[in-house]
Amino acid sequence: MPVVEVKNLTKVFGRKTKAALEMVKDKKSKNEILRKTGSTVGVYDASFKVEKGEIFVIMGLSGSGKSTLIRLINRLIEPTDGSVMVDGDDIAKVDKDKLREIRRTKMSMVFQNFGLFPNRTILENTAYGLEIRGVEKEERNKRAGEALKNLHLYDFKDQLPSQLSGGMQQRVGLARALANDPEVLLMDEAFSALDPLIRKEMQDELLELQQKLQKTIIFITHDLNEALRLGDRITIMRDGQIQQIGTGEEILTTPANDYVKTFVQDVDYSRVLTAQNIMEPASLLNIQAEGPNIALRRMKHDKISMLLAVDRERKLQGVITAEAARDAKNTGKDLVDYLDTSIPTIAKDTTVNDIFNIIYDAKTPVAVTENGKVLGVVIRGSVIEALADEDAESIDTNDIVDVQPEKGDK
Amino acid sequence: MLPNMLLQQLPVADWVESITNWLTNTLSGLFGFIQTVGQGLMDWMTNYLTWINPFVMIAIVVIGAFFISGRKLGLATFSLIGLLFVLNQDLWSDLMSTFTLVLISSLVSVVIGVPLGIWSSKSDRAQAVITPILDFMQTMPGFVYLIPAVAFFGIGVVPGVFSSVIFALPPTVRMTNLGIRQVPEELVEAAESFGSTGSQRLFKLDLPLAKNTIMAGINQTIMLSLSMVVMSSMIGAPGLGRGVLSAVQRAQVGTGFVNGISLVILAIIIDRYTQNINRLMSAESKAIDKDAKLKQMKVRRGVLIGSIVVIVVSAIVQAVMG
Repeated sequence: MPVVEVKNLTKVFGRKTKAALEMVKDKKSKNEILRKTGSTVGVYDASFKVEKGEIFVIMGLSGSGKSTLIRLINRLIEPTDGSVMVDGDDIAKVDKDKLREIRRTKMSMVFQNFGLFPNRTILENTAYGLEIRGVEKEERNKRAGEALKNLHLYDFKDQLPSQLSGGMQQRVGLARALANDPEVLLMDEAFSALDPLIRKEMQDELLELQQKLQKTIIFITHDLNEALRLGDRITIMRDGQIQQIGTGEEILTTPANDYVKTFVQDVDYSRVLTAQNIMEPASLLNIQAEGPNIALRRMKHDKISMLLAVDRERKLQGVITAEAARDAKNTGKDLVDYLDTSIPTIAKDTTVNDIFNIIYDAKTPVAVTENGKVLGVVIRGSVIEALADEDAESIDTNDIVDVQPEKGDK
Repeated sequence: MLPNMLLQQLPVADWVESITNWLTNTLSGLFGFIQTVGQGLMDWMTNYLTWINPFVMIAIVVIGAFFISGRKLGLATFSLIGLLFVLNQDLWSDLMSTFTLVLISSLVSVVIGVPLGIWSSKSDRAQAVITPILDFMQTMPGFVYLIPAVAFFGIGVVPGVFSSVIFALPPTVRMTNLGIRQVPEELVEAAESFGSTGSQRLFKLDLPLAKNTIMAGINQTIMLSLSMVVMSSMIGAPGLGRGVLSAVQRAQVGTGFVNGISLVILAIIIDRYTQNINRLMSAESKAIDKDAKLKQMKVRRGVLIGSIVVIVVSAIVQAVMG
């Protein structure tokens, strides 16, 4: 049995709702409807079911109505038409008291910009939902404390939100929602305001928590890769209407219409994949400690003809080729004198597209470094492989950190 | 009818007059009651304030200034010199009368203004009605309020408070409205999404976040009611204003200046006091470190108890000395 069942949900902002709805049925564009009626169709005829324990992702670009849709589900926005069934209650129709009751016990929301109360400490923020339900202070602090421990935030409980980083603030937002122990978690672009690395971390954390808690999660995003990573099922929206509902696999392989197809195709994998997706572990030589004999043995063992020379701190110094190592061994000179320092380096977020130009005229593999330290190497073969396999299935999207299908979205 | 209207002057003045008369007659019981109670309350307060030895009073104000301004000497020094000057000019009891008038009219303004502000922040319709009324109240010359005030309450301090309240109310209402409307939309949504009731939202979110803005409004209200003091003296309200008024009537530049400067001293002290208290209150909510919070509370409690002891002791000393 589905936990949340949305049927024919429609929201029109403005006065002439009937006229606007007629025009939507005639497949008129959003701009035309706005011009003629002065009304905006936020969501039109959305229907879907969300099963227990599922992460249901609603994705679309800005203006697609996804944020309106999630607010219709807990009625922060009054629906024009349609129903939202949760546990046998139609949220669109229940009275104020019942609605408050449902919001207090059955669904909690996580916001894009965290929505933390700046005048309350982390613990007080987390306990807010329990506090307004009238749970005794001791009890609610205990439960809020547990929610904070789940997200490794307990040590910060007496701080104010402004003292925490964005990623930590959003973890508080999540803890606050979970402290209520709701059945349904509504997450409105919850990770979109975070920088890419933190975002990936939070996605991992959410998936980990979900394995433990098995909540029903409705997750809004504009980021296709976030949708693919998190979603058991994905809904793609455009102009307030649902284009397709399906698993990530289905969306990528059998797009329902041209919009979804272009949406998915827009992901240019040579721009999406970065050095860290295709790099390989580097064979290193500590030039300050190791000599030519070790170098030669390691090359033989790894079946390669050159090693990356690093210092004790793993900082890149250059390249030692097999010839250089042999000459050093024969002449008895220091290996440092044979160091080839002309090796090209790239950052880990360099896209494959850019790597291709660099590697094209490089004699050696390209080193991937961060603050001078070696992370790995990219060899010509893996670049070509990545560029050749542009069909979706072969790419492990889990490793893609940040993709935005179109620019200009928030 | 229409040509009549164009040719003849409309008797608006008569209408207002008869409405005022009607109000005076019908509500005379109520007005009389307010007049008696208000007069009694304010007389008692002024008497109490003047009964305390001026030096004790100055000491309390100066010490208080030192602590609330974060142990800086500026405000304390100013209060000391300023108040001693007022005492030296033999204007102490006038100062206390003025202070009573300002205090009571500010209190009444806040008690009426904050709820009005909350109401207009919650309802667009209320705001649409209240805003033009506030504009009217602020732009109408303050003198005009004196006339109905006299009609309702006779002469004295109560009509003074009445006209001060009308004149000084708007900033509190406006700033309360503004402060609550400025609470970020996402926080309102967050409060709603967890199922807050209206009053939970008001007391847990709106008022705490709007506090600084509301306090700025109250500060403005106090300043405005201080500026109304001179005008109220025209209808018999006691205090420094009366000195200014009589100096104007007799063209005594010197007396006018001395009374005026005493008002300025009072205004500056009240203004800095309220600003510092506001600052302390927001600093308190920002003090996250529990120890610091505790320490701060201890210091404040110490100051409070200290000043109460001083007042009580001074009262006893006064009583014994006769």
